[in-house]
Amino acid sequence: MHLWTNEAERLASLLKEVQGYIYPNEVELHWSILVVVYPYITGLVAGAFILASLVKVFNVREVQATYRLSLLTALAFLLIAPLPLLAHLGHPERSFEIFLTPNTQSAMAMFGFVYAWYLMAVLLLEIWFGYRRDLIYWAREEKGPKKWMHRVLALFSSDVSDRSRKFDTKAVQIVTVIGIPSAFLLHGYVGFIFGSVKANPWWSSVLMPIVFLFSAIVSGIALVLLIYMVVTPMRNKQIDMACLDKLAAFLFYAMIVDFSLETLDFIHRIYESEESIKILAELVRGRLLVSLVVVQLLMGMIAPLTMIASVKLFRTPAELRRLMYFVAALLVQVGIFSTRWNVVIGGQLFSKSLRGLTTYKMSIVGIEGLLVSIVLLLLPFIILFVLTKIMPPWDEARHEFAKPASEGKA
Amino acid sequence: MDNPCERLAAGSVGNPCETLVPEVTNKPCETLVPELAKTPCETPSMKMPDKSCGVPNPNATSDRRNFLKKTLCAFASLFVPNLVAASEALKNAPVWILAGGYKPYEHYWGMGIDINKCIGCGRCVDACKTENNVPREPYYFRTWVERYRVRADGDVTVDSPNGAINSFDNPPPDTDVIRSFFVPKLCNHCDNPPCVQVCPVGATYQSPDGVVLVDSDYCIGCRYCIQACPYGARFLDPVTRTAQKCTFCYHRITKGLQPACVEVCPTQARVFGEVKKKASPLQRFLRMNKIGILKPSLNTEPKVYYANLDVEVN
Amino acid sequence: MDFVEYLKRVRATWAKIPEQGKRLVVAVVVIVAVFIPVRGLLIPTDFGEHGHYRASALVEAAALDVKYAGHQICNDCHDDVVETKAAGYHRTVNCEVCHGPSLLHTDDPDTYLPVAPRQRGYCPLCHGYLSSRPTGFPQIVVDSHNPLKACISCHDPHDPVPPETPAECEACHATIARAKAVSHHVYVECTYCHEVSEEHKIAPRQHLPTKPVSREFCGQCHADDADAPADVARIDMGTHGEGYVCWQCHYPHLPEAR
Repeated sequence: MHLWTNEAERLASLLKEVQGYIYPNEVELHWSILVVVYPYITGLVAGAFILASLVKVFNVREVQATYRLSLLTALAFLLIAPLPLLAHLGHPERSFEIFLTPNTQSAMAMFGFVYAWYLMAVLLLEIWFGYRRDLIYWAREEKGPKKWMHRVLALFSSDVSDRSRKFDTKAVQIVTVIGIPSAFLLHGYVGFIFGSVKANPWWSSVLMPIVFLFSAIVSGIALVLLIYMVVTPMRNKQIDMACLDKLAAFLFYAMIVDFSLETLDFIHRIYESEESIKILAELVRGRLLVSLVVVQLLMGMIAPLTMIASVKLFRTPAELRRLMYFVAALLVQVGIFSTRWNVVIGGQLFSKSLRGLTTYKMSIVGIEGLLVSIVLLLLPFIILFVLTKIMPPWDEARHEFAKPASEGKA
Repeated sequence: MDNPCERLAAGSVGNPCETLVPEVTNKPCETLVPELAKTPCETPSMKMPDKSCGVPNPNATSDRRNFLKKTLCAFASLFVPNLVAASEALKNAPVWILAGGYKPYEHYWGMGIDINKCIGCGRCVDACKTENNVPREPYYFRTWVERYRVRADGDVTVDSPNGAINSFDNPPPDTDVIRSFFVPKLCNHCDNPPCVQVCPVGATYQSPDGVVLVDSDYCIGCRYCIQACPYGARFLDPVTRTAQKCTFCYHRITKGLQPACVEVCPTQARVFGEVKKKASPLQRFLRMNKIGILKPSLNTEPKVYYANLDVEVN
Repeated sequence: MDFVEYLKRVRATWAKIPEQGKRLVVAVVVIVAVFIPVRGLLIPTDFGEHGHYRASALVEAAALDVKYAGHQICNDCHDDVVETKAAGYHRTVNCEVCHGPSLLHTDDPDTYLPVAPRQRGYCPLCHGYLSSRPTGFPQIVVDSHNPLKACISCHDPHDPVPPETPAECEACHATIARAKAVSHHVYVECTYCHEVSEEHKIAPRQHLPTKPVSREFCGQCHADDADAPADVARIDMGTHGEGYVCWQCHYPHLPEAR
């Protein structure tokens, strides 16, 4: 009970900002910024992976340079993805129960397995098969801890024959083909976790998994674009404009689809005008005005679309194109984060009585606070840095026998 | 007032009321898991089975297929023991007797609330918090009472000051109000509970007697159930950091007592009883009143039935 | 296919897998082999016995402490009070509504005494006037009803008849009386339209007053040819209105309201 003085004050301040009528238990939001960070991160994973898959399956030569980088990015973010979830649980120490007694009817439980499948069967496998020969060669030329690390990572494999290389290539093809629907499943599933909640009219929608998926693809491509643009000059290399143009093109197409889907959802809601339309309209006009209309729509969608479109329409010098792409990709990241915010937080800001709105007071410190979220968003970059040191994705790090010069694949 | 059959029905063996009631074979588990009786690999042992997983086929069309089948079967049989044990346990009609002789499979509980009788005194809210040790500060309600004031122009004001634990204050006088009433709310103990559907670990469940309960020692506090409940009946207990909600005072009804809120309702607006047995106050309630439920379009099949429910209540 | 042949097949297939594949298979087998026994150890033993939950959770839920004893047990010692209460207006008000959770008292009556709200603040929780409360439920305006006096000084809580039988209808039907007081019907006595017996003041719901049933009743004053004072509004009974009874449009206690 010693918490209560503080809690009573906190409640009093929350209650003051309640508009209309909310159920008494709804004063406080349950899924905080951590649950916003989580779909954002898995979205980046799915998007980065799908970009990588474009190289393998559709043989898009221009973005070849980003293939391994995309995979490592996906892995770095995927490793961090469970952390926001664990942090927001009431009992993270019991979280393994999802693997012991999963409720097969629960989207969240099944997601644990989808995640495990994607991580192990798809991403790790693809990276492993792609890097195996290089790991062996690096291990041969190194000494000390690095040598052993690479040997362990290669699972002590030592076969570098042509036959094994062909097997690796075939395996990567198969894994990628399985991987694309798996990536779709990974993030579509997160959308389904929200979309299947019939109690919440803001979330409950058939389109939710699709919208989540396409905004994930958008954010993933934008992320890889940003990382490529930042890392390449850091390594004193020239940015390949053909690669960049292609990435921006894919980003553009993905954004068109994403925007169309979101517009469709919007039109559909207004047209059907179901019971919840009044409170949802109040929600968008009031609590979500800035984050939805300004940030998600204008800054996160319209502005980048216009920028990239104008670059395509008019002949622009490379310098300007780079600047536009960079700013557009940044805006996209902000916009997609805002999309997640609007879905997760927005869905909890209105009461299920459809008669009132509450408010979200994000704490700065504390396990569900802003600082923890920022750390969780930065951690993947640190992990990515470590990964690029352990398993460099750069072309020049590859052993000359790893790929014959005539082939474009690794 | 007191229905002797009710008391008898609450726990003792061989009560006369049961002969009045059509056979209540309350064995939900059998209908839920008939498939489990047909597990692909019925030998629960970890050894390689002699008969190949009940698929005796000496003239196998394909050796490879057989080989794969055996391997997969052996693999799956590692997981199957749990399922088989469970299915066998369930196949033999579930016998479950709690302390005091209460048999969960022989009851099915529901509640009736008459809106016309509720006076909004809030005694139920207070008694519930006392009986179940619900934190009083800053808030958390297993049950609460709402007041609706419907005006002639269609405007509706709803309020529930601190859940109505200290009743209500008089609002400013308004001559335009054409209807005004109180609505007690609580967990509806749905027969198709969306909260049970989304729990990832099986920490919330529907008991054989129709009561939706939470296992506080197993709950991981993910709060998905709180999001999934359309009625706002759940909250996160700040002390245990697990989900909590109305339990129909399970610890009372298994001893033949009424839930605390029903016990203290001064106007008998709340009626508690068996949904399926004829000799129960709830049966008369369901027979004599036009019944409404909350959010019927969501098909949650709630077991809290409202008499004289107004269209504005949601 | 018997066991030996099966093993031979396994070995043959194993030989065909490339070296890296073998490493992967070993890794996967290790992971699975660790996962399964660990899983078996960690799952609670009674999980799944009666459904997808821990069976002992239900047992634990049923074993929690009871705080309210329930009204049946009060009769064992306090049968005189219970009998008095059963005949009065508070027959549906169980003992613990006012006396609080009393299970401890039933176990050890002398050590644990139930509360007994004697102050003025408790009875108004039910009986204070709220416009949303059902018509006919006995309510008082707390501030003006014998202010400062304890409720129980006039009303025995176990048989709460008012100390004097109310003379006027408005003692209980105050809202209606106040509405009527500002209308033209202020001069019409309640008993003009409603036949009421004396028993209504003792057991209101058992002896309900009557209500008029036909248009002609209102026509006694309001018909064109009625024998009534000149300033009473007149209408043609034959054509006025849709054929419904008058009070479907005109609230009889405030007929001027629009």
